[in-house]
Amino acid sequence: MPEHTVSSFDQELKEIGRKVVEMGGLAERLVADSVSSLIKRDGALAQKVVLLDTTVDQMQREIEDRAILVIAKRQPVANDLREIVSAIRIANDLERIGDLAKNVGKRVMAIEGEYHPAKLVRGVEHISDLVLEQLKEVLDAYAARNEAKAVEVWGRDSAIDTMYTSLFRELLTYMMEDPRNISVCTHLLFCAKNIERIGDHATNVAEIVYYMVTGQNLPESRPKADASSETTLAFPGRSAQA
Amino acid sequence: MTSAVDPTFNISSSVSARPDALAAPAKIKVENLQFYYGSNHALRNINFHVPEKRVTAMIGPSGCGKSTLLRVFNRMYDLYPGQRAEGAVLYDGVNIVGKELDSTIVRTRIGMVFQKPTPFPMTIYDNIAFGVKLHEKLTKAQMDERVEWCLRKAAIWDETKDRLHTSALGMSGGQQQRLCIARTIAVRPEVILLDEPTSALDPISTSKIEDLIDELKQDFTIVIVTHNMQQAARCADITAFFYLGELIEVAPSDVIFTNPKEIKTRDYITGRFG
Repeated sequence: MPEHTVSSFDQELKEIGRKVVEMGGLAERLVADSVSSLIKRDGALAQKVVLLDTTVDQMQREIEDRAILVIAKRQPVANDLREIVSAIRIANDLERIGDLAKNVGKRVMAIEGEYHPAKLVRGVEHISDLVLEQLKEVLDAYAARNEAKAVEVWGRDSAIDTMYTSLFRELLTYMMEDPRNISVCTHLLFCAKNIERIGDHATNVAEIVYYMVTGQNLPESRPKADASSETTLAFPGRSAQA
Repeated sequence: MTSAVDPTFNISSSVSARPDALAAPAKIKVENLQFYYGSNHALRNINFHVPEKRVTAMIGPSGCGKSTLLRVFNRMYDLYPGQRAEGAVLYDGVNIVGKELDSTIVRTRIGMVFQKPTPFPMTIYDNIAFGVKLHEKLTKAQMDERVEWCLRKAAIWDETKDRLHTSALGMSGGQQQRLCIARTIAVRPEVILLDEPTSALDPISTSKIEDLIDELKQDFTIVIVTHNMQQAARCADITAFFYLGELIEVAPSDVIFTNPKEIKTRDYITGRFG
């Protein structure tokens, strides 16, 4: 795309884009670290995640301030306007991702020292691998202004939902097997939910990238497969209603 | 740009843009229009429709032909030798670039307001009565009524009703421009052409004119040429982008300013050339 006649406008737009990518990188790291702190039972790392979330919040405010200033100064239209509005919206999703990672970190600290067999976290590890991949891909799609890649990410979220539903069942089963698992499994369930939500935010970002590049919206409904809200497990030997 | 600093900016004008504007019946149909300034081919094969009782904005860099087209609409080029139009501009089905039509008739139906306010050096009242007298025989009372009607329409009655018989040259630039609009509508045209009507005005006067445009489109078909892109985005239902004598893209303003189809349009409105 040719440059603007006013070159400082290009500078400002590039700077905002750069900030969003930087913020995305940080949010990605928070998610990775929070999961890794969960798997390795590393309380110190979890604490670092909680602290670093403030930086993500600050970056969101900074992106918003810069975007508002550019709108006030330049009255952007068409793709420039979409770019700026998208930066604000993506920063918003990234901030939520940071919060969710922070929440995982807090839970890691909460279950520190509790009875915590390794098999319990394997499922969470699995789902977070998928989510991290989604997050990385969508940030790449943003940086490259690649709407096709964004659509791919958008279509893949149902795999995460499916995995979350099965993880939900799995953790319920562990709780039934041994009540000592309940405290940890409940926290793990929330961790898994947080990570699944991070996947949803990655999907939002994919939608925003698509809009930013094409000016069109993706269809309202995307394939959803989170059935956990309808899932129950019966105790062995009894019916669920009994 | 005016709106950012202007306390009287009226947001309603920006939300009332009609996405169905292209579907409104055409008041003016431009068909295969060519225009020449001597040997200079200034408009190349223009085809487009001006919808009735809508605001149509024409934008583009200097020399793109937008003002030329506006001038063709009311046969302004007749005044200059060597300028000629080919093709058709159908106004309610009548070709107004054809030789058979008297240009003064065209101009009573299609009025024009220019970039700089051009009041006649006479009283406010006479500025308006002058044009009316050329076409209609009105009694004093009827004329008084007409003057009040068009000054009210142009949203300047309150400011002028106590000084109708003082010179129009004593008014501010913004008032003079609204007087010129009043003078244009005094002869009850159907189409009003505005050639950069606010480029010489301050932000408050600009807002008043924009508000007025919004008001006037209830009764008139309006075509506006503007260099102020935000103004086109705010006022116009449809926007046409011209470049080097060609019509590049015409679409509802909502589309042009958020997601134009043509790369040239995008590069122009986002300030990448022009």
